[in-house]
Amino acid sequence: MKKLNRRHFLMSTGAAVTATGLGAPSILRAQADTIKIGGLHDLSGPLDASGIPMDQVFKLAIDDINEKGGLLGKQVEGVVYDPQSNMSLYSQYATQMALKDRVAAVFGGITSASRETIRPIFHRYNTLYFYNTLYEGGVCDRNEITLGTTPAQTVEQLIPHAMNLWGKKVYTIAADYNYGHITAAWVKRYVEANGGEVVETEFFPLDVTQFGSTISKIQAAKPDIVLSVLVGTAHLGFYRQWVASGMKQEIPIASTTFAAGGTDAVILTPEEGNGILTSYGYYTSIDNPTNTAFKEKVAAAYPDNPPILSELSEVTWEGVMVWADAVREAGTIERDPLLEVMETGKSYDMPAGAVSIDPKTHHAIRDVYLAELQDQEFIIKETFPQVQPADTQMVCNLKETPDANVHHEISL
Amino acid sequence: MDYVLIILLEMLRAVSWLVLLASGLAIIFGMMRVINFAHGEFLMLGGYITIMTHNNGVPLWISMLILAPLTVGIFGILVERLVIRHLYGRIIDSLLATWGLSLLMIGGVTLVFGNTVQGVSTPFGAVSIGEYSIPLYNFVIIGFAAAIMLATWAVLKFTKVGLVARATMQNPDMAETLGVRTTWVYMATFGIGSAVTGLAGGLLAPLTGVVPSMGVNFVGQSFITVITGGASMIAGTLSASTLLGTVSQGVTFASGPVYGDAALLLTALVLLRVLPQGITGRIFKKSL
Repeated sequence: MKKLNRRHFLMSTGAAVTATGLGAPSILRAQADTIKIGGLHDLSGPLDASGIPMDQVFKLAIDDINEKGGLLGKQVEGVVYDPQSNMSLYSQYATQMALKDRVAAVFGGITSASRETIRPIFHRYNTLYFYNTLYEGGVCDRNEITLGTTPAQTVEQLIPHAMNLWGKKVYTIAADYNYGHITAAWVKRYVEANGGEVVETEFFPLDVTQFGSTISKIQAAKPDIVLSVLVGTAHLGFYRQWVASGMKQEIPIASTTFAAGGTDAVILTPEEGNGILTSYGYYTSIDNPTNTAFKEKVAAAYPDNPPILSELSEVTWEGVMVWADAVREAGTIERDPLLEVMETGKSYDMPAGAVSIDPKTHHAIRDVYLAELQDQEFIIKETFPQVQPADTQMVCNLKETPDANVHHEISL
Repeated sequence: MDYVLIILLEMLRAVSWLVLLASGLAIIFGMMRVINFAHGEFLMLGGYITIMTHNNGVPLWISMLILAPLTVGIFGILVERLVIRHLYGRIIDSLLATWGLSLLMIGGVTLVFGNTVQGVSTPFGAVSIGEYSIPLYNFVIIGFAAAIMLATWAVLKFTKVGLVARATMQNPDMAETLGVRTTWVYMATFGIGSAVTGLAGGLLAPLTGVVPSMGVNFVGQSFITVITGGASMIAGTLSASTLLGTVSQGVTFASGPVYGDAALLLTALVLLRVLPQGITGRIFKKSL
């Protein structure tokens, strides 16, 4: 047996830390002949159901680039950390990626809280950052490329469609944090713009699991539509208790959040989920050759544990592909030339349809879809081509203020 | 009129809900002064056992009422033997150890069952009361909450086992002197408390989304109820659940869930300021 000296001790504890996934990137040895990009998605903790598929697609995108010969004659290498749904780990790993690993770009962050934790860090160190989640809108930062949908893109389509189908009285139930409040305000604006009325808006802390009293109140108010901006697995209880109260046949539900990460549609039984109307930037049922090829790639890469595809994971793919395209065109991995390529507003052919980046806001101009859940699959009802991120455009113009570094709370 | 009835039923359901959530924890805390920080994950395990066995063809009632409490009960005994018994009398250490256990359970369940599993619908359907309709399943919740309280009371009051348990609770050293193996009593208590928690987890599975991280949504309410109630298992749980459930639901009806949550916390805060030992530390002191 070897004598235990300090070096051995450090090596073995280092190995232990790696094994538990606490501190080390999944690829430890950095080689000078690779281009490193960072993936920061929650692989454990309450958000892992969203984070793991995003991470799987992130790695697949890297493999796809490498199979086609890499970039600038080099292989691309993913540096992955698990922030464990924990904000202090987010800031720690973000700093580490920017300063120690010196990655060319970072992809990730899921909640707005995690994005606002890491966005200023990447801004400070000029590390190009791609945020790939639908969110409440309002980020104004030239260093961040935001490809997910915002309320002005989805709510604007969902509300008139639902009102046409079902009626003008809307009852909004929303999660009690900034996303829920901002989206509820957009709901009210679009309902009123379409000649309807929001009879009540109720907010729910994220740990509320009991919806009996709310369901009774909805029964008393007799709206034509229940509009759900509920978030998280605790709130899934609403849909379940709604069906248990015999309301499924009575009042239809439209939602801007249901199954955003794809998992809700699986956790609810088909009888509970059928008929819920949603609007996002991506559904697996989108019918185009790029999407078919994308789904085949994903299925081939993960035969045993296929990721649940949703806007979150598909947009992660978009992020890596948009970055790779810019690297090819600019011939460098330096941030500013890449941003200039993306700011030309060129159009990218993605599984979700054509996507381009609005140079004023660095948000995506993209196709938005309306779809209804049937037997745990979303059936697309309507497609709205090339929708602008109108909400963020109200508050942000990076052409005029390229140094902006804020998240505007868009007030209506 | 219908609306008043609905509000009353909803309050009763909220009270029963707290009783269900807290009674397993109260049994363990009241008997052993051990705080099981993994309580939420014991609920989650009960829920997972229910949906996994049901999805594999076991009738819902067997999954929920037999398999969930049985499995979680056995798991509880294992935990007591391997971890808890080494930490009796060391509240902080047992808190830390059970917190670690909760992380382990979340990771373990994610690894074994996955984090996205189809749940079960609420059985029974709805019942109409005037213009309103509520789930019939609410009455199952109310019934089981009452049954658990009644059974605990009857066992403690009328059986030999209950006598031994009460003796151990009041004075473990004296009980030991008189030939009671207190370690076995503790083991059994932890197992029974866990089984009750498993049953609660099974019963709430058809009402909520069952995922590995769900425990955190319930652990707060459970702890607040037990701590507000104080050391007596039955009187404490019942009085605290009644008070907190009524206040939170009343306020939820009057204004909304945000204020309902806040009212629950405020009530608990004021109560603990006035009665630091919980309700049964001052009132109903001699009760079970």
